[in-house]
Amino acid sequence: MNLDELNEIKEKQKKYNQSFDSYIKVCVAASCKSLKSDQIKDAMREKMDEKCQVKGVGCLGLCSKGPLVSVTVDTNKQILYESVKAEDVETLFNATCKKEAAKLPQCSLDQPFFKHQQKIVLENSGEIDPEVIEDYIEKDGYQALLKVLNEYGPEEVVREMMDSGLRGRGGGGYPTGLKWATVNKARSDLKYVICNADEGDPGAFMDRAVLESDPHRIIEGMAIAAYAVGASRGYIYVRAEYPLAIERLKRAIRKARSKGFLGQNISGTSFNFEVDIRLGAGAFVCGEETALIASIEGKRGQPTPRPPYPAEVGLWGKPTLINNVETFANIAPILRKGGAWYASIGTEKSKGTKVFALAGKIENTGLIEVPMGFKLRDIIFDIGGGVPEGLKFKAVQTGGPSGGCIPEDLLDLHVSYESLREAGSIMGSGGMIIMDETSKMVEVARYFMEFCKSESCGKCTPCRVGTVHMHDILDRIAKGTGTEADLSLLEELCDMVGQTSLCGLGQTAPNPVLSTLKYFRHEYDNLIQKQEQPQVNQ
Amino acid sequence: MSVLTLTIDGQEVGASSDQTILDVAKAHKINIPTMCFLEGLTPWGGCRICVVDVEGAPRPLSSCTTHVTEGMVVTTTTGKLESYRKMILEMLYAEGNHTCSVCVSNGHCELQDKAQEMKMDHVRLPYLNQNMPMDSTHEHFGLDQDRCILCTRCVRVCSEIEGAQTWAVAGRGVDSHIISDLGTPWGESDSCTSCGKCVQVCPTGSLVNKGNAVNEQIKKVNFLEHLLQMRGQ
Amino acid sequence: MSKVTVATVWLDGCSGCHMSFLDMDERLIEIAEKIEFVYSPFVDVKELPESVDLGIIEGAVSNEDDLKKALKFRKSCKFLISLGDCAINGNVPAMRNKFSVRECFDRAYHENVTEHPIDPVGEGVPALLETVKPVHQVVPVDLFVQGCPPSADTIYYVLTELLAGRTPDPTTMTRFGA
Repeated sequence: MNLDELNEIKEKQKKYNQSFDSYIKVCVAASCKSLKSDQIKDAMREKMDEKCQVKGVGCLGLCSKGPLVSVTVDTNKQILYESVKAEDVETLFNATCKKEAAKLPQCSLDQPFFKHQQKIVLENSGEIDPEVIEDYIEKDGYQALLKVLNEYGPEEVVREMMDSGLRGRGGGGYPTGLKWATVNKARSDLKYVICNADEGDPGAFMDRAVLESDPHRIIEGMAIAAYAVGASRGYIYVRAEYPLAIERLKRAIRKARSKGFLGQNISGTSFNFEVDIRLGAGAFVCGEETALIASIEGKRGQPTPRPPYPAEVGLWGKPTLINNVETFANIAPILRKGGAWYASIGTEKSKGTKVFALAGKIENTGLIEVPMGFKLRDIIFDIGGGVPEGLKFKAVQTGGPSGGCIPEDLLDLHVSYESLREAGSIMGSGGMIIMDETSKMVEVARYFMEFCKSESCGKCTPCRVGTVHMHDILDRIAKGTGTEADLSLLEELCDMVGQTSLCGLGQTAPNPVLSTLKYFRHEYDNLIQKQEQPQVNQ
Repeated sequence: MSVLTLTIDGQEVGASSDQTILDVAKAHKINIPTMCFLEGLTPWGGCRICVVDVEGAPRPLSSCTTHVTEGMVVTTTTGKLESYRKMILEMLYAEGNHTCSVCVSNGHCELQDKAQEMKMDHVRLPYLNQNMPMDSTHEHFGLDQDRCILCTRCVRVCSEIEGAQTWAVAGRGVDSHIISDLGTPWGESDSCTSCGKCVQVCPTGSLVNKGNAVNEQIKKVNFLEHLLQMRGQ
Repeated sequence: MSKVTVATVWLDGCSGCHMSFLDMDERLIEIAEKIEFVYSPFVDVKELPESVDLGIIEGAVSNEDDLKKALKFRKSCKFLISLGDCAINGNVPAMRNKFSVRECFDRAYHENVTEHPIDPVGEGVPALLETVKPVHQVVPVDLFVQGCPPSADTIYYVLTELLAGRTPDPTTMTRFGA
């Protein structure tokens, strides 16, 4: 396929998508689908006349108000209905086709949740049908790939990525351009590109939403990356717990191959690229890149010490580029609009936007995307709508089991890799769990340590045994039977496990403890001195 | 492979790029304690006792797996590293059920030796008292999981030297344990050749010859070096 | 110069450490000139004095009586030694920790007896703790002398060093299981 053919599909689809009187978009991503939104979509499709387009789309963001249905009758006038039920189909039909006012709960599109976001990764999410490749093409899909293949050399692509300042969205924040350059320079007859879709942090669902809402974006990003680093094979390592994402990815790969975006001699060039899906069996540690590689190779999912890094010695010993879903989702827009454009968004060292999953004690649970440097307070109170039930905010946990808790005093920090690290947490993959005044911080630390303990692969001593002891001490303190000696042993274990563990899982396992000790030490002290009731499970 | 220079404990030494920090340290008689490492087997990097400080690295690196680079500055012994190593030993002792006094390997055990070498005279962590199974179904050998420190030497020697691949690790976290033939009793294993290499490389009394009383099990780990010499490696 | 007061106690263990103490043979005479046993299985004193210079504990903490004695020793003794593997890591007594007390009773007093199966509980029999613990997990300990038992030489070295006002390093002479 060449650019003209691509544009032809684009124009045709555009015309088609504008040929209706009214438009109904039903969110069919996991959260709304779990409330049977797909049945609502089917019922509507049955009911509506041919002048109304009913489309299943990806995540609209405000998961707590789902199922969400967007209705556009007159152009530019979009109404978003929330908590739609199967019995509402009749009312929606009247509202759309007979233009009667519908007395259904509406979700204001003028609220900060929608107004204050800036979308790059999620630009098509909630807009296009994830199962229709033409819909993606209409939104400039695969333009970047064809442009790159026909106009850029691999090094130019790498340079563009360097210029963009994009950093790995999986948690580490390693400069993506630099990683690409390393793999590009590595000499090998065979190289691989891997998309890490083994999202496992509790409360995080960014990658799932992207895969379910806009799967072609990942395939295009991977193909561009493969071209840049000289790889010919790619794997998407996705956890088996995401059946919908897997189903949509499979369909997307099939469609992309049939349209010639994957396969041999792509766009008439000498570039060949194939993508396969590999399913993870649910081990958290397989999100760690060396463990992920072992898992793809059919071995036990255990990490190996780095260096050597996968960029040099990766899958089956070959140079391998591993990026996370959200990183790949940024590639096409960067190549379409230029690295400089991307670098103009965000802070000095953290460029672009970041997707966050808001969960916990917050009004608007769901998915948001904001530019780097956005104030944490605004994410929680403006976009997130604050803490429900009139309770006071206490802390926000970022970065999952590897991250930490940030207290009220630090809410004015501007979100970036550096600022979060300084605050004793990490950016991580983008999960944010908001806690209100009723949350017990020792219990929070204990919960995360229990997670690490059961997810430790068992290869290295500090993580395998250390997490058990840290958990047991936290458990004792939470139950009111901990001692001063326990606390000092806990601190020693935190240091030792963080410093000597083999992989990121163990190295960061103490973070939830360290950050709660840093900001909420009095809760530990009060429990040890028996000035507080034991903190039992919430 | 290229020749390079690095500094270990203030001493400038020459090395080749295919060597690990541990290789170079050994060649220069600088002692770095090891546990899962065994000359002749692929380094594993799991026990973490051999961690050393490398200038510029955010945290200590396992010397058995880290290759040397030009200008690398390595420190093998600091108070901090020693306390980490001691804690690792405490963890291993607290994890298993190591009753040295009644162990066949008493007096000939690498774990015991390391504890003495590093002056680990008591374990501050509570013992986990895990109920680990024992496998004495094999005609000549026994497996006592209580004494296993998960160094995986048996797994590696069986796969890399004997080529039988009888041993593997099952379970995860603290539930990890050694299994033969996907969990069939050792005595019923089809792949085991009864060569006994796993017994000889086991650093503790976990894999043993049957018929030994306390203190009687002496391992001959050096057979690996002999094998390598014979193979000209 | 007044003699250094020493108290020793035998918790859950085989008394091998106390035997090893006696194995110092003629060196006992030299030691006896400098120390005085104020409480010990070696002497016939029933009450631990309120203040003792040196306390030595053999054996693990297995039952309520062991626990009481360990606490008493820590309270009275200025310097406390865990002598031998049982005191330090539970050793053989701790091998029952894999099982519950109930399972142990069933095995020892029901399954393996032919006459009068009965639980060993009641007045005068201290109740077993759910797990056997090393002494230092019950009270702070100042010095650990490993071995099963520690040799007479080790004990002699430790005592003479302490009497000379130095802190001995027993790991140079002994280890777990030695």
